[in-house]
Amino acid sequence: MKPAPFAYRRPDTLQQALADLAGEPDAKVLAGGQSLVPLLSMRLAAPALLVDINGLPGLAEIVVTDAGVRVGALARHADVLSSSEARRVQPLLAMALQHVAHATIRNRGTTVGSIVHADAAAEMPVVLTLLGGSVDVESTAGPRTIPAEELFLGPLESSLRPDEIALSAYFPALPEGAGVAFDEIARRHGDYALCGVAALVRLEGDRVVEARAGYVSVNELPTVLDLTADLAGVVDEASLAASAETAVAQLEPDGDIHATPEYRAQLVRVLTSRVLRAAYEDACERNAR
Amino acid sequence: MSEELHDVRLVVNGTTHHTQVPARRLLSDALRHDLALTGTHVGCEHGVCGACTVLVDGKPMRSCLIFAVSAIDTEITTVEGLTEPDGSLGPVQQAFAECHGLQCGFCTPGFLTTITAGLAENPCPTHDEARDMIAGNLCRCTGYQNIVKAVERAAVLIEERTS
Ligand SMILES: Cc1cc2nc3c(=O)[nH]c(=O)nc-3n(C[C@H](O)[C@H](O)[C@H](O)COP(=O)(O)OP(=O)(O)OC[C@H]3O[C@@H](n4cnc5c(N)ncnc54)[C@H](O)[C@@H]3O)c2cc1C
Ligand code: FES
Ligand code: FES
Repeated sequence: MKPAPFAYRRPDTLQQALADLAGEPDAKVLAGGQSLVPLLSMRLAAPALLVDINGLPGLAEIVVTDAGVRVGALARHADVLSSSEARRVQPLLAMALQHVAHATIRNRGTTVGSIVHADAAAEMPVVLTLLGGSVDVESTAGPRTIPAEELFLGPLESSLRPDEIALSAYFPALPEGAGVAFDEIARRHGDYALCGVAALVRLEGDRVVEARAGYVSVNELPTVLDLTADLAGVVDEASLAASAETAVAQLEPDGDIHATPEYRAQLVRVLTSRVLRAAYEDACERNAR
Repeated sequence: MSEELHDVRLVVNGTTHHTQVPARRLLSDALRHDLALTGTHVGCEHGVCGACTVLVDGKPMRSCLIFAVSAIDTEITTVEGLTEPDGSLGPVQQAFAECHGLQCGFCTPGFLTTITAGLAENPCPTHDEARDMIAGNLCRCTGYQNIVKAVERAAVLIEERTS
């Protein structure tokens, strides 16, 4: 199981990297390689050229302001997970990153790479979508910002053009009055989830004014549902159960070799109410501080 | 057409090696075939089993998911680099021997490197932390119980050897 031959460049400036990509239509960016190398080894992909961005300066940074967290393209999952500043401004990052693969994979894989890889079974695309984040990209034609809702087109398909490099991903801070939570069911810790849910609940006083949930591994794209209507009255067993039924009805979960549609629907049901409750409690706790 | 070769400089266990490899050479294969360091084992070649785990700048990573050309500018430690300077067993190796932490030994190099880094980060793991430390590595023989014991024993040995 070895990759097919490819040409390889390891530029040390962004200009050179963009020029290398622009010069070869069948080129791919190599970041952490934790998804790309298996694809190459199994010969599911055989690009003519790999442009290794690991030598580019300045891309490993994680810049945290009160407004949000900007994660550079060479920041590894492990770096983002261990950033206490990032955790303070947007706690959902660390909550979800704990579930991304094993520590050994997180030491090399990048958070930006996992987003632009656009795997519906990956946690971070859902987190970016739920939070309304964006990705900054650049090509020789210039830079642009892609909002999360325009980023994911299909399984393993993002709206990045082949000659574009993603430079960073931006995760907005936790809004005033909001709480977040994440949970997933996988066959073993560190495996891709059979179903994962990220939720954000925002309160004004003790009333829920926003309740949204994002789903990992349920449909072909990262999906976010607005479940505010079900929780706008009281948050109790009945309203949480109602929100779970709304989610199952709207998602129509897919089946695959790992889970039948019925089993996945049951996971959606259980996790939706569990994670919404946890996000609600997180919001109550933060508001009490 | 012959494949383009790249000059690479790999620093492995403190020794600098110069070699020429095609860009598609996996680090695991470069270690085994080009540098003859066959302690690093190759199981699945897609990141799942952990047998090929080496330390890159002290952190455990899958050598089957890194190209050798991309590993320049790093310091690599393989299982061969875990022995003491006098050639005797390092503390994690010693703990595996004492606790019967291996049977066929195929998975062992990956466990040894992973645990070495794990204990450097967390020298006194709880039982649950010891289990979590090895969660990303597969073993088909032992049933893991003795490997968990070896993690806990290694923590004691490291403490003894450094005090
Ligand atoms: C055993 C195993 C288990 C895993 N489990 C999980 C899991 O549970 N959840 C999860 O989310 N992930 C999981 N992963 C994947 C891991 O998170 C990867 O790190 C991630 O998917 C891709 O990041 P990377 O930096 O390794 O990207 P690469 O593998 O280098 O690239 C992936 C793709 O994105 C493109 N790309 C990467 N960076 C850029 C960029 N800056 N600009 C343009 N294009 C770019 C590449 O061209 C390629 O097409 C697992 C991987 C393994 C091996
Ligand atoms: S051979 Fe690298 S993880 Fe299995
Ligand atoms: S000892 Fe045989 S696979 Fe672990």
